[in-house]
Amino acid sequence: MEQKPFSRGLLSSEADSQRTLYPYVTGTSVVALKYKDGILMAADMGGSYGSTLRYKTVERMKSIGKHSLLGASGELSDFQEILRYLDELILYDNMWDDGNSLGPKEVHSYLTRVMYNRRNKFNPLWNSLVLGGVKNGQKYLGMVSMIGVNFEDDHVATGFGNHLARPILREEWHENLSFEDGVKLLEKCMRVLLYRDRSAVNKLQIAKITDEGVTVSQPYSLKTFWGFSAFSNPTAGAEGSW
Amino acid sequence: MSSIGTGYDLSVTTFSPDGRVFQIEYAAKAVDNSGTVIGIKCKDGIVMGVEKLITSKMMLPGSNRRIHSVHRHSGMAVAGLAADGRQIVARAKSEATNYESTYGEAIPVKELAQRVASYVHLCTLYWWLRPFGCGVILGGYDRDGPQLYLVEPSGISYRYFGAAIGKGKQAAKTEIEKLKLSEMTCREGIIEVAKIIYKVHDEAKDKAFELEMSWACDESKRQHEKVPEELLEEAKAAAKLALEEMDAD
Repeated sequence: MEQKPFSRGLLSSEADSQRTLYPYVTGTSVVALKYKDGILMAADMGGSYGSTLRYKTVERMKSIGKHSLLGASGELSDFQEILRYLDELILYDNMWDDGNSLGPKEVHSYLTRVMYNRRNKFNPLWNSLVLGGVKNGQKYLGMVSMIGVNFEDDHVATGFGNHLARPILREEWHENLSFEDGVKLLEKCMRVLLYRDRSAVNKLQIAKITDEGVTVSQPYSLKTFWGFSAFSNPTAGAEGSW
Repeated sequence: MSSIGTGYDLSVTTFSPDGRVFQIEYAAKAVDNSGTVIGIKCKDGIVMGVEKLITSKMMLPGSNRRIHSVHRHSGMAVAGLAADGRQIVARAKSEATNYESTYGEAIPVKELAQRVASYVHLCTLYWWLRPFGCGVILGGYDRDGPQLYLVEPSGISYRYFGAAIGKGKQAAKTEIEKLKLSEMTCREGIIEVAKIIYKVHDEAKDKAFELEMSWACDESKRQHEKVPEELLEEAKAAAKLALEEMDAD
């Protein structure tokens, strides 16, 4: 990412063409929560090109090193770039070969620095990142936004999930959820998102990370119910409409 | 074979009348004075071992690493001036990550060896740079299978199935030649490398040493890593046993 000399300034038109102005191919919400053995994270597999649901097999959750799981919403190319930075980070960490490895807290801190510094140059990585992991029995779940806002919590969500999923999580999350209950809770949130978020796609993956490692489920679909009486004869109130 | 290069040995940019560059040969002497470093290529991977001479009783075991990972699939064992070695390792790491950034796949070991050799050679071309005083055994496992390369201070790099540099290199080479490497697995290779290092270690001249070993084989999922503790202990025990049997004769 080259910066033009200072005489041009950061907001001039030539520098403009090199800054991220809008996202192009985007992923929608990621929802995650802490459960008994670790972290559970869910994200659908959609990549939208504006309002077109263009890509339907996009993996928006990736494992980072031995202890972390990263989920991203927002610009997918920026997510891929972040994965490359993290790959190098983990590689150098591994090459020390000293028995230590970066845990989720460290990766979260690194991501926060990257996102915040990019934002300061008016050239953000257009993502909301969810970072969850377990190291030495300690569970960790955090979030970083594209402007570098970061925090740690027992349950997080990005994008529309902030508005639709978090209220559900606040009501129904509790300490020491079992795996099955955690998945049910996540599916409840994802179902609401599927009904109400225009960029949601009915093909999702659920990933879990525990002390033993990361497992990302095979893609599957949620059952939906559209048999409401109001849908059976939609033009009942106004002939000729649709 | 040592000859006095009076007058022709002051700069690395001077040839002697018989076509030698003495500074490079002197650099090679620095390698010959360091602890032995061995690498072998077995049928399922490579094994490298270093005789780390302990200069002070106060040194913590496991410190002063002589074998470094350069990428996921390859590593380097360094003999000679340790600080020079660190430079080469840093450069190799940088070349490897650069290649992966550009081409999207892990750097082939052959390519890495060429780049490292190029870099070492570079420092023999200018009068304001001195040659590296270290030799490097580069071992890795890529699409073409396990490979072993030796890079000397002159910038020469050859591919080997068994290589040794350092104090005991002559004795070590003889021992390696006795091994049937094409039929050996890395597990067996570890024991052999340990035995050779213990054997060529000169008890009289250098007191203590620490054995450092690494491998990149099918068992380690083609990643370069330190040999696991239990296997290392097993190898050391077997090596000590072999030594005792030899002494008993």
